[in-house]
Amino acid sequence: MNHLDRLRAVFRMALNLPADADVDGLEYRAVPQWDSLAHMALIAAMEDEFSVMIDTDEMIDMASFAKAAELLEKHGIGATAL
Amino acid sequence: MFRLTAAEKEAVLLPELVELTEHHRAACLPYRRILDAVGAAPPYERVADLPWLPVRLFKTHELRSVPEDQVFRVLTSSGTTGQRPSRVYLDRAAAAAQTRMLAATLREVLGERRLPMLVVDSRSVTRDPTLSARGAGVLGMMTFGRDHTFVLDEQGRVDAEAVKGFLARHGHERFLVFGFTFLVWVHLRALGADLSRGVLVHSGGWKRLADQAVGNAEFRRRLADECGLTRVHNFYGMVEQIGTVFLEGPDGDGLYCPDFADVVIRDPNTWQEAPTSVPGLIEVVSTLPTSYPGHVLLTEDLGVVRGVDDGGLPGKRFEVLGRLSRAEARGCSDTAGDTVGQS
Repeated sequence: MNHLDRLRAVFRMALNLPADADVDGLEYRAVPQWDSLAHMALIAAMEDEFSVMIDTDEMIDMASFAKAAELLEKHGIGATAL
Repeated sequence: MFRLTAAEKEAVLLPELVELTEHHRAACLPYRRILDAVGAAPPYERVADLPWLPVRLFKTHELRSVPEDQVFRVLTSSGTTGQRPSRVYLDRAAAAAQTRMLAATLREVLGERRLPMLVVDSRSVTRDPTLSARGAGVLGMMTFGRDHTFVLDEQGRVDAEAVKGFLARHGHERFLVFGFTFLVWVHLRALGADLSRGVLVHSGGWKRLADQAVGNAEFRRRLADECGLTRVHNFYGMVEQIGTVFLEGPDGDGLYCPDFADVVIRDPNTWQEAPTSVPGLIEVVSTLPTSYPGHVLLTEDLGVVRGVDDGGLPGKRFEVLGRLSRAEARGCSDTAGDTVGQS
């Protein structure tokens, strides 16, 4: 699985979405599943999956799936363009 | 975030707050009516000259400066019995700014990293569907932590095993402890654990501790003696000015205002600014409220400025003395209703 597929899987799991849910266009608080509590679970799940440490500011800025992919790239996880 | 002296801050805040006043006057009809009623008009020479809103108006009026379809979040306060809750309207920009500025403020004592976090509460408060103020406060702070561990179990009893596990994982590094002041006092001291690497951030008011004749000095001394907690920061803030917190300095010598906010203590009889050391009502000012007119608010809390540019951090340092009593509040709101705004 490439990094983006792993990231999609992390999103679906942390936000309790169906296995076939399209997550690429997701934005924070735009769906009821992605609330502030889920956001923390999502961050923790990303940290576990990709062995990265996400700072407070990065966590606050990660307001969409696209931003999450960018964040991984910044941490040297080779996510290719969406 | 705590860099400006009192004079520097006055120079920075005044034009921004004047602009916000005119912005909200143009964008929020009830606010405009209030300003018109009290005859508030520029020029304003000092921050203390700006028209204020009594904070209780957020319970009775729909105060927003953005169209309804741009409201991104509506925050509500815990209405005490018989009171309607405050409603605070945030658009996307204001919601983002408040989180970012709260983070910038707390970075002063926590650093950039999300620290392992001990929450002096029960996990269940974060699951309440209509989130209580307590739950919202815990959730908001959880952003600054990782490996969140709750000191209380679902029944509200101390979960000593959970704490032991947390300290085994993180007791050797810096960690964050957060809780409401009274819960911290009751439950942390009873733990008998070594929390000396912890940074305690607490809030929620002193009323229940004052009933036991425990003040801040005693609170700090006992937590240091009994848990080794020496980095202790109380904070003061309210939902009507979300994202702005007044944070206790490292030496415990008072609450300090971040660079984008300040306080004005007002004599409740004359509404003039009270001198240093003279108690009065706390007015809080902040540049964060852009989507609702909450940039200059008169609270119902009594406070006192203890000093200006003379403590561990620059600017005013102040203390919250408690709520105005109900009788005083009644008298005060009558007066405030008549004089909303202008000093």
